[in-house]
Amino acid sequence: MILTVASGKGGTGKTLVATSLALSLKDKSTIQLIDCDVEEPNAHVFLKPVFTERESVCVPVPSVDEEMLVFPELCHGCGACSYLCPEDAITEVGKEVGVVETGHADGIQFAHGKLNVGEAMAPPVIRRVKEYINHEGTVIIDVSPGTSCPVVESIRGSDYCILVTEPTPFGLNDLILAVEVLRKLDIPCGVVLNRTGVGDNKVEKYCQKEEIPILLTIPLDTRIAGYYSRGISLVEGIPQWRGRFLDLYNKVKNMAGSRVGQ
Amino acid sequence: MREVVVLSGKGGTGKTSIVGSFAALAQSKVLADCDVDAADLHLLLNPASKEENEFWSGQVALIDEEKCTKCGICQDVCRFHAIRDFKVDPVSCEGCGFCYNVCPDDAVMMKDCLSGHWFISETRYGPLVHARLGIAEENSGKLVALVRQNARHIAEQRGLTYIITDGPPGIGCPVISSLSGSNLALLVTEPTLSGIHDLERVLGVCHHFGVPALVCVNKYDINEDNTRQIERYCAEQGIEVVSKIPLDNVVTEALVRGMPVVEYSQNGVSREIERLWETISKRLGS
Repeated sequence: MILTVASGKGGTGKTLVATSLALSLKDKSTIQLIDCDVEEPNAHVFLKPVFTERESVCVPVPSVDEEMLVFPELCHGCGACSYLCPEDAITEVGKEVGVVETGHADGIQFAHGKLNVGEAMAPPVIRRVKEYINHEGTVIIDVSPGTSCPVVESIRGSDYCILVTEPTPFGLNDLILAVEVLRKLDIPCGVVLNRTGVGDNKVEKYCQKEEIPILLTIPLDTRIAGYYSRGISLVEGIPQWRGRFLDLYNKVKNMAGSRVGQ
Repeated sequence: MREVVVLSGKGGTGKTSIVGSFAALAQSKVLADCDVDAADLHLLLNPASKEENEFWSGQVALIDEEKCTKCGICQDVCRFHAIRDFKVDPVSCEGCGFCYNVCPDDAVMMKDCLSGHWFISETRYGPLVHARLGIAEENSGKLVALVRQNARHIAEQRGLTYIITDGPPGIGCPVISSLSGSNLALLVTEPTLSGIHDLERVLGVCHHFGVPALVCVNKYDINEDNTRQIERYCAEQGIEVVSKIPLDNVVTEALVRGMPVVEYSQNGVSREIERLWETISKRLGS
């Protein structure tokens, strides 16, 4: 099962949920965590993996024999120019846009992509890191915030998506956008509501109206924020949370399972 | 006309809350929301009298079933795996036109895409240019460029001094589009290991594009050791930490009421943001 953790709004707790879920499940089954937030990957900060392999991600960009200006930063690498050039004057050369690092963290298989600083296009790095998906076990994918191409590229092909949000007008606005993306991709979703206790109840009302399950709520708590700030996952900082993440997983498994007919 | 863009690398560090307060504090400015795929600034500024424009950008391929002979060339050449069973998945299609150019039966058409909308609105703080990228659409960088171009145009027309830009999280295409050519970047971070890691990368992007940067540590008292680490790191890089904002629930309370925090409360957070804007406006000059 491929389980994605996304959000719309940034900083709502995606990585907190993804890493805590992976750590809660690692003794029960084969777990792989893939960090697809290639612009700002952070899962490794919490899981501290040992990396065993590093692979360069290249995009094929044109190289023209004649004196012609090429802007490789703008090239999406479609390959049409070299194929179509009537003079065969264009060859393709690989340009590195990022790297993929793989390894393991205390029993969890780990892979993340890193976009090179100054590069614009995240999707080629995301596509490459997703090639490491191990379909044998449970795969947890951490996604960048937003609703545009990097998010779509990361979520596509998932069996279920957990949307992490907070009970504020920003959280609600961006949740609605994220739900629209998932409906367009036809992927079922549920919500984790983080930092409850301040804010309002409009996210809950929206979820009720749209029949989106709230899978877990996490209160605003300076202890949780303190662990997070030091790169300690919630279930390691406060082990009682492990049971709640296992419940979350079981709910998700049932919902995703009834859909894919497993 | 001077432009400051607020970035962070990591999402949710407080960019929009700070820009909303700058809107209330700054004189003679236009606001630009460049987080086009999850825009939130309008929720603090209550814009009215929208001028709505369509954003047409890029193309997608479409296969005419009647003309298609299922030869498979299009599927072989497409590097985005966007064609399966002789149908184009519009979400995967990059619009490069490779299939259109190689189809021996002229069965592929390229259709223009409506990729979003952009707006010019009036708020009680001044004009706001913002946008909404279509769901799961591409070309966010181009839409960001359009938002900034219109903000500049308004500033010129109305003789406004500042452009205050709310940027997106990350370091990729829309961030580069928000940053390039700006006079100053304010990087809002938080004292968490994730925040520090992401700050380093976004600072790298500022260096890469030659835009001077200042740093603000939001919620600095969550972890003061980490805040000191950020200060040390910035000192080594020759980057100034110009503000440290304490954690306070009034920021969320103000947000729930749809107000910039400096208008909602007169406490420490508001005073710190006032000082921050004073610093920024001095650095920008006029």
